Amino acid sequence: MKWRSLSVLLVLALVLGAFSLSAFAEGKYGGTFIFGRGGDSVGLDPIQVTDGESFKVTQQIYDTIVQYKPGTTEVIPGLAKEWEVSDDGLRWTFYLREGVKFHDGNPVNAEAIKWNFDRWRLVDHPYHIGGDFTYYSYMFQGFPGIIKEVNAVDEYTVEFVLTEPQAPFLNNLGMVSFGIASPAAVKKWGEDYFKHPVGSGPFKFVEWKKDDRIVLEANEDYWGGRPYLDKVVFRSIPDNGARYMELQAGTIDMMDYINPEDVASVKENPELDLVLRPSFNVGYFAMHQNFPPFDNVLIRRAFNHAINKENLIGAFYAGLAQPAKNPLPPSLWGYNDEIKDYEYDLEKAKELLAKAGYPDGFEFDLWYMPVPRPYFPQPKLVAQAIQYYLSQIGVKANLKTVDWGTYLDKYYADELPTYLLGWTGDNGDPDNFLYVLLDQTQNNCGYKNDELHEILLEAQRTVDHERRVELYMKAQEIIHNDAPWVPIAHSTPPLVKRSYVKNYIPNPTSTEKFHRVWLDK
Amino acid sequence: MVNYIIKRLLALIPIIIGVVLIVFLMIHLIPGDPAQVMLGERGTEEALAALRESMGLNDPLYVQFWRYISKLPRGDFGRSIISNNPVLLEISHRFPATIELSVFAMIFAVLIGIPAGIFASIHQNSWFDNLSMSFALIGVSMPIFWLGLMLIWLFAVVLGWLPPSSRLSVGIELNNITNLYVLDSLIQGNWPALWDSFKHLLLPSAALATIPMAIIARMTRSSMLEVLRQDYIRTAYAKGLSGRIVVYKHALKNALVPIITVVGLQFGVLLGGAILTETIFSWPGLGRYLVNAIYARDYPVVQGGILFFSITFVFVNLIVDLSYGSIDPRIQYD
Repeated sequence: MKWRSLSVLLVLALVLGAFSLSAFAEGKYGGTFIFGRGGDSVGLDPIQVTDGESFKVTQQIYDTIVQYKPGTTEVIPGLAKEWEVSDDGLRWTFYLREGVKFHDGNPVNAEAIKWNFDRWRLVDHPYHIGGDFTYYSYMFQGFPGIIKEVNAVDEYTVEFVLTEPQAPFLNNLGMVSFGIASPAAVKKWGEDYFKHPVGSGPFKFVEWKKDDRIVLEANEDYWGGRPYLDKVVFRSIPDNGARYMELQAGTIDMMDYINPEDVASVKENPELDLVLRPSFNVGYFAMHQNFPPFDNVLIRRAFNHAINKENLIGAFYAGLAQPAKNPLPPSLWGYNDEIKDYEYDLEKAKELLAKAGYPDGFEFDLWYMPVPRPYFPQPKLVAQAIQYYLSQIGVKANLKTVDWGTYLDKYYADELPTYLLGWTGDNGDPDNFLYVLLDQTQNNCGYKNDELHEILLEAQRTVDHERRVELYMKAQEIIHNDAPWVPIAHSTPPLVKRSYVKNYIPNPTSTEKFHRVWLDK
Repeated sequence: MVNYIIKRLLALIPIIIGVVLIVFLMIHLIPGDPAQVMLGERGTEEALAALRESMGLNDPLYVQFWRYISKLPRGDFGRSIISNNPVLLEISHRFPATIELSVFAMIFAVLIGIPAGIFASIHQNSWFDNLSMSFALIGVSMPIFWLGLMLIWLFAVVLGWLPPSSRLSVGIELNNITNLYVLDSLIQGNWPALWDSFKHLLLPSAALATIPMAIIARMTRSSMLEVLRQDYIRTAYAKGLSGRIVVYKHALKNALVPIITVVGLQFGVLLGGAILTETIFSWPGLGRYLVNAIYARDYPVVQGGILFFSITFVFVNLIVDLSYGSIDPRIQYD
């Protein structure tokens, strides 16, 4: 009995000890985190930039009204702790956190939020200067677009009045582009504000050496808790190979864009970890229905059966991708996992070809882009592989390419009979993939389906989330049956870190805040 | 002399106009424009039209050209389309990095190239001559990106003696005055920064020096060989002067004009920014910046950058020409 109680005590002590150890291990304060990346930022005013290297940094400096839950595109509170929307979807009311301050000490209140939105949406606003406000007009359809009014109801309540309901509205507000800047700082610096950013985020701007580094320091008063890290340094190291050597030498703690051939050596190195960013893109092979025989669904399905995606991914993505069966990446809500992909089956493909009246195949032009894209790191090799697969069912593809600018031109002019292209998401809303890429008023592959069009429009107007999920599930079924594309892959871009870097959770949207990251060294 | 300098400077004007015109036409003839590159997959017709309008790309070419050239005399190179910064400011941020790297690379190249060339010429066809000239050949033909990566791998990753890239370690503080880090740390007496920036310079300048070093060594050798065959050298030996004095006082001085020319030209080329070296060693200089601007079709930056480079090149040439006079008194300027 005595022994038993002693052993119980011992176990208890061990468990408690382990708990306290893990509690201790959960987050150590201090240290400088050096992130190596391929290029410098263009500017640090998030509304004025469109490049990922700028967003990586502004994500740390600014807060948005709502934000995405780490690792997902699910909306959670940001500067607003809660919100509500009117039944007609036209009036959104946000209740802000109290006592939040910009890095210059000014309060983040309803007035400040109204001032930011007015600056972005009104072309005659005195501070609507210094750039094109590209993402504002893109997400809210022009200036002022669908945001009719922004009202500061009281110190901590702000209300948006829309001209029409926009289902992805909330998701849009979480985009890194819509980071709230200190009005006083924008007024102080005018056109040069992008070099002197002031937000309310977890890190404050310290210094920017062009093409070399950007230095940030912890915001001690961050409303989400003081960041573990004291300092964050973003270093520009353009060459992928050189950046990887810096990581091995320990002069940087983390990097992105590793060469596919170096992935194997990362896996062998106990001091390094590979971190995969959840996919937020799709690479596809489109068949333009204005060009016969691609108006025949049997041909399009035959192509879907003839291409071996697993092999393509193994060969040309270093395995860092998943085969696509839908236009939506699986990390997005509304993804229809019930859909069964067209299996790789040459016999079935040949049968469908014969049924369509082409038992002996045919010849056509296959266009591929000249530049690597996140969704197609090696487009030429993918095109050659597709050419090979199609030759197995007697179809001859002639490979064609042209410089990237002209390629996009031809794509918009509907001049490409079949082509490789892709998309990376903006706001984590399915509308941003399905409507933008495949609605009959939007697509550049000659695809028309009235039922799909109605569904996509209804989903845009519906505020009820469950209903929208249903609609998008249905939409993906229709698209699967009509087979306007062969969806190829959702790539999962790799990051590499030293193993002492803890709690780095990559977000599908390509940027994440570093305030919960800590260094175990 | 003064007249000569003024004449040379006046000759800059047609050069500038020619460069501006050619660069302007060339960059506008490449397919694609900044709006298209910026928007990529998102370049719908409306979005493109709006962005082109705000970038001023919808005006006829001659209007755009006039707008650009009419501001030049005031030293206004325009603003970058991408970053919205004045082009001159952007260049002034990067040029010191390029100068620092070029100067160190040239020091390497001259300190090794000239003695190697002299020694090879004195001992023509010896094993040293063959060896050093073979090295020079390898130096000229070595791909810098490969050499650079190998240097980083050996000295930074394996041995850990030198930092892999960039200009200063994270954690070393230095106030910028001239943006030439070695000079800045000397002025401020900041010894840790001086040592650190010096270490950062070694690998990239060694890599960058290979080609000029090889060219200088070969030029020194052939120029010296020519001089060493002259009658006055034989006379000097006949007077009983030591080999050392003959070589350095009589031969080298006369062989120096073509060597200086090559050194000057090479230095001018380096000042335009070494794209590959700057890329491999994350050196925030002018070459990398210009190449990125070409990819992004950032017209004002490309125009301004190349113009700036041309002017620098002309100045370096002028200095080289003026230096001839101090080496060879027979050369007159008028």
